[in-house]
Amino acid sequence: MNYALHFGAVWASFDKLLSGLAIGLGLAVAAVAIGCLLGILSAFASVSKLRLLRMVSGFYVLIIRNTPLLVLVLLAYFALPSAGIRLDKYESFIASLALYSGAYLTEVFRAGLLSVPKGIVEAARAIGLTRLQTNLHVVAPVMLRNVLPSLGNTFIGMFKDSSIAAAIAIPELTFEARKINVDTFRVVETWTVASGLYIAACFTIAFLLRRLERRFPKF
Amino acid sequence: MDAFLAQLWIARWPLFDGFLLTIGISVAAIVLGTLVGAVVGISLVFAPKLARLPFVVYVDVMRGTPVLVLILAAFYIPAVLGLSLSATQAGVLALALFAGAHIGELLRGALQAIPPGQAEAGRAIGLTFPQLLAHVLLPQAVRMALPPWINTGVELIKGSSLLSMIGVGELLLRTQEVIGRNFMTIQFYVFAGLAYLLVNVVLDTIGRTIERRLGTR
Repeated sequence: MNYALHFGAVWASFDKLLSGLAIGLGLAVAAVAIGCLLGILSAFASVSKLRLLRMVSGFYVLIIRNTPLLVLVLLAYFALPSAGIRLDKYESFIASLALYSGAYLTEVFRAGLLSVPKGIVEAARAIGLTRLQTNLHVVAPVMLRNVLPSLGNTFIGMFKDSSIAAAIAIPELTFEARKINVDTFRVVETWTVASGLYIAACFTIAFLLRRLERRFPKF
Repeated sequence: MDAFLAQLWIARWPLFDGFLLTIGISVAAIVLGTLVGAVVGISLVFAPKLARLPFVVYVDVMRGTPVLVLILAAFYIPAVLGLSLSATQAGVLALALFAGAHIGELLRGALQAIPPGQAEAGRAIGLTFPQLLAHVLLPQAVRMALPPWINTGVELIKGSSLLSMIGVGELLLRTQEVIGRNFMTIQFYVFAGLAYLLVNVVLDTIGRTIERRLGTR
């Protein structure tokens, strides 16, 4: 084993790695924001009285959770244009990650919905709130608070999955790291720094979420 | 559709080989990952505090790093350290290390969920630590960790598709090669997606069934 560590080559391109990290975070935020909408809708569908809605939600979760994200990403980027839908690489990646996260978030929000105590729903109905008002002012706030921890975990997972954007040449952290790796052959240093950045980002997000959770009492 | 079926027939063997490699890689990764995870999980619960530290670091590093980064690192790093691993071996290594951390955490959670009174009772009747583990703790922990363990299998099959990026000829890379020849992008990506879906849904169903069975106890 004859390998001397030289981090200089990696530090020289450190700004690229940081901008890659920012792109990854941006992709994850955009995708999870859309995914939350999908997830909430699909979660309400999954507890609906209508069998059709439950089935649609169930199939969505089943199909997306059991298909590799990379296949979805490649399908959205390379295959959709031949069906007449032309998205640029950012749009197509955000769309596929949103669709992917929506399936995981369905289960998160579903658990959140089921965690809302029946008593407060009945109380809301008893004081004369309509069903929509109950959902909006009583169920939704309690659910959102209760899902915060698993929502955070899903976000961290999706941020890590944003590395797959490297497959369609989006210059995020993994893509930049691979470029530095190939350009400089400082293999060990590059991947140590890249992985360190991911870990630091994940732990920071987790730390911030924990603080957020503490600010709001659990229902 | 006929054109697709004709192309599928031409490409049947490469795709089938790729499918088998996908399964083989995933099985190898879950077997190795389970071995690593067993050591990690038991150490995280029972090792003295200082000896626990390397396992904690291992789990945190593996769980804080994207699988793709692990795969790329496992592909590039061994060569400069004088180890020569094939792309497939590097991929299995990365997936196994990833799975090892996850399974270790699963097992830790399951072991800690067992009431401490049981371990104390086992010690009190004179069981040695290996006996305690084999006859009291592991049977219960394994039962608890089984459904999420199967879920890890699904994650591994999905993760194995990332090996296409380091040139391992598994299902996704074979699919891409076929698409490169006939340009039937949608058809073949959907076909590959369905193949993954099929295997994973079978695993998922087994997992859910086991979960339901165990839940009624």
